[in-house]
Amino acid sequence: MKMMMEAYSRNLDVANGRVDLSHGAGGRAMGQLIEGIFHKAFDNIWLRAGNDQSAFTVPGARMVMSTDGYVVSPLFFPGGNIGSLAVHGTINDIAMAAARPLYLSASFIIEEGFPLADLERIAESMGVASRAAGVPIITGDTKVVERGKADGVFISTSGVGVVPDGLDLRADAARPGDAVILSGSIGDHGIAVMSKRENLEFDAAVVSDSAALHGLVAAMVEAGGRQIRLMRDPTRGGIAATLNEIASQSKVGFHIDEEAIPVKPEVAAACELLGLDPLNVANEGKLVAVAGPEGAKAILAAMRAHPLGREAALVGHVVADDDCFVQMSTCFGGGRIVDWLSGEQLPRIC
Amino acid sequence: MKYIDEYRNGTLVRDIARQIASTADPARSYHFMEFCGGHTHVISRYGFEDLLPDNVRMVHGPGCPVCVLPIGRIGAAIALAMRPEITLCTYGDLMRVRDRNGWSLLKAKAAGADIRMVYSTLDALRIAEAEPQREVVFFAIGFETTTPPTALALKTAIARNLGNFSIFCNHVVTPAAIHNILESPDVSKPGTIKIDGFIGPAHVSAVIGTKPYEFFAEKFRKPVVVAGFEPLDVIQAVLMLVRQINDGRHVVENQYIRAVTRLGNVKAQAEVANFFELRESFEWRGLGELPLSGLRLRPQYAAYDAEKRFSMMTFTAEDNPACECGAILRGVKKPADCKLFGTVCTPDTPMGSCMVSSEGACAAHWTYGRFRTKARQPDAGRAVA
Repeated sequence: MKMMMEAYSRNLDVANGRVDLSHGAGGRAMGQLIEGIFHKAFDNIWLRAGNDQSAFTVPGARMVMSTDGYVVSPLFFPGGNIGSLAVHGTINDIAMAAARPLYLSASFIIEEGFPLADLERIAESMGVASRAAGVPIITGDTKVVERGKADGVFISTSGVGVVPDGLDLRADAARPGDAVILSGSIGDHGIAVMSKRENLEFDAAVVSDSAALHGLVAAMVEAGGRQIRLMRDPTRGGIAATLNEIASQSKVGFHIDEEAIPVKPEVAAACELLGLDPLNVANEGKLVAVAGPEGAKAILAAMRAHPLGREAALVGHVVADDDCFVQMSTCFGGGRIVDWLSGEQLPRIC
Repeated sequence: MKYIDEYRNGTLVRDIARQIASTADPARSYHFMEFCGGHTHVISRYGFEDLLPDNVRMVHGPGCPVCVLPIGRIGAAIALAMRPEITLCTYGDLMRVRDRNGWSLLKAKAAGADIRMVYSTLDALRIAEAEPQREVVFFAIGFETTTPPTALALKTAIARNLGNFSIFCNHVVTPAAIHNILESPDVSKPGTIKIDGFIGPAHVSAVIGTKPYEFFAEKFRKPVVVAGFEPLDVIQAVLMLVRQINDGRHVVENQYIRAVTRLGNVKAQAEVANFFELRESFEWRGLGELPLSGLRLRPQYAAYDAEKRFSMMTFTAEDNPACECGAILRGVKKPADCKLFGTVCTPDTPMGSCMVSSEGACAAHWTYGRFRTKARQPDAGRAVA
């Protein structure tokens, strides 16, 4: 549950307002909702830390716990489905604390009338994904709601993991001079899903990058260990939201280089068609790491040696900036801001 | 990306930027208005301000259909959508525009209105066919680019005898807006805001051709270069304008020869003329009432005209008086000159037309360029890295 920062905080009109789609889109409105409703009600030091998971101490170990809900539409898309996504997503939230994920839970809310064959496909892919990752699903829950009260199936997964000794990754740890490393091409998942939406079907040879990243993280920890300041998986809102979130939490700015950011030609083409910026498009098997300058080279090399980090790239640096701007040098040498997405990502009219 | 990458060649763009720097006369200044929001978006997104010499400046124009839609008509669309029998189909970027009460289609949808975001007019037709018990209204907006698809939808609906489909027509025409800008006192009077030439809108020109601009170029002695939306198109158009100014010429030139001809798409023009006629006057947000600047359905298609079919009430609604959108749309002021910019007016809380769509001048400056405003202040923190 990510923390809303003062820099973009606005009052929620709780008395008269209603939840709209922008409150779930990963942008400012979502942060505003989380801060104004959930953080206010649940207030504690773990939530205030603003991570995608929370670390806590148990006798003899430091653990993390994370939970996430999955409501993707369509349920099946090139490269995965809601089930594998629910496994990978929570494993990744655990892994972003540099932790080793241990166990998962899964909760299903199923709409009356949902085909059993589809449910079986989803469950099987969850089993395959969790076994491949070595992270078993050890508990769960099933609820069925009346037709029309859910969109097929919703899944929530929770996970716990254990943090290696001596590591404490924090959202506010980025410092000027640190390197920003991206594990691979951006936008693959978002475009793969959009290409199969009912009202938007188009031919794109793009498959979701949905993957469990804890193996890649383990290799990074081995190579760079304490030089890793923090990590994030740039899901909804894309790397634009992730970098802005870190900038706000660490009270720094970023300067990134457009030419260094890998974007597959087919993803770039689809974004052109839809009028979207790949920086705002969702990913599911990528991570952004901020690392101290001394360790960046070794971490990058370790990532490139791993199958999920072959295209890893140094894409920029942390800079001192009171405004917490994420600035980018464009491929033509000009400068621009990379901003949060405002509300939902909506295609332009012309 | 065939046909895209060719127009994003960084070496070529930088080379043309160098040519502009060497061609521009240091003793004079050049102010070019890009009419279309698509160009504004490209200029901001690729940081072109950094590539142009200080004496070549871009002025953002009113060419964003979402921005110029008056909030009274947004309010009317919301009121229509709240009726239980109505399904309102709309392009995505209209969803966030707020009416005078702070409501938007996004909020109306959350409150229970049946509002569907569509990607083409044909999607709206499909919904009307699939759900004959619903009254499906297509919320049509846009310049000449989006009018032919609306005409096609109407033609198809008539051919298929779709009695539950209608159009809330808000289409506007480009030449009227350019005329208005050039005749506004703060632009036409010597010594006031300078506009030395125009980058003409590419997609609009693909439909209407370059001919309609010849009158402006001649009458107002302003060169026009119709340009595409890729970075190379835009920067080349700037170079062409600089050369015209240097030569003392003021003609219409076509940079976008791969899609635009002098006469345009005659077939599309004929389809539009079949179904639409000019309104005597239409309100543009930020610019006010402009004569002969909007379209409506011809009377014989009244059954498909949502305004008549549902007795829609449209009204004039004032923007926030502190909002400087009118001056910004005419190039008289810049986004950061407005007191509301970045305070109460942001893309999340747009007060004026220029902040509404991602292609509006204020939204583009906020999203891509607001670090420049900070960097220019003497006590600014850090400038661009």
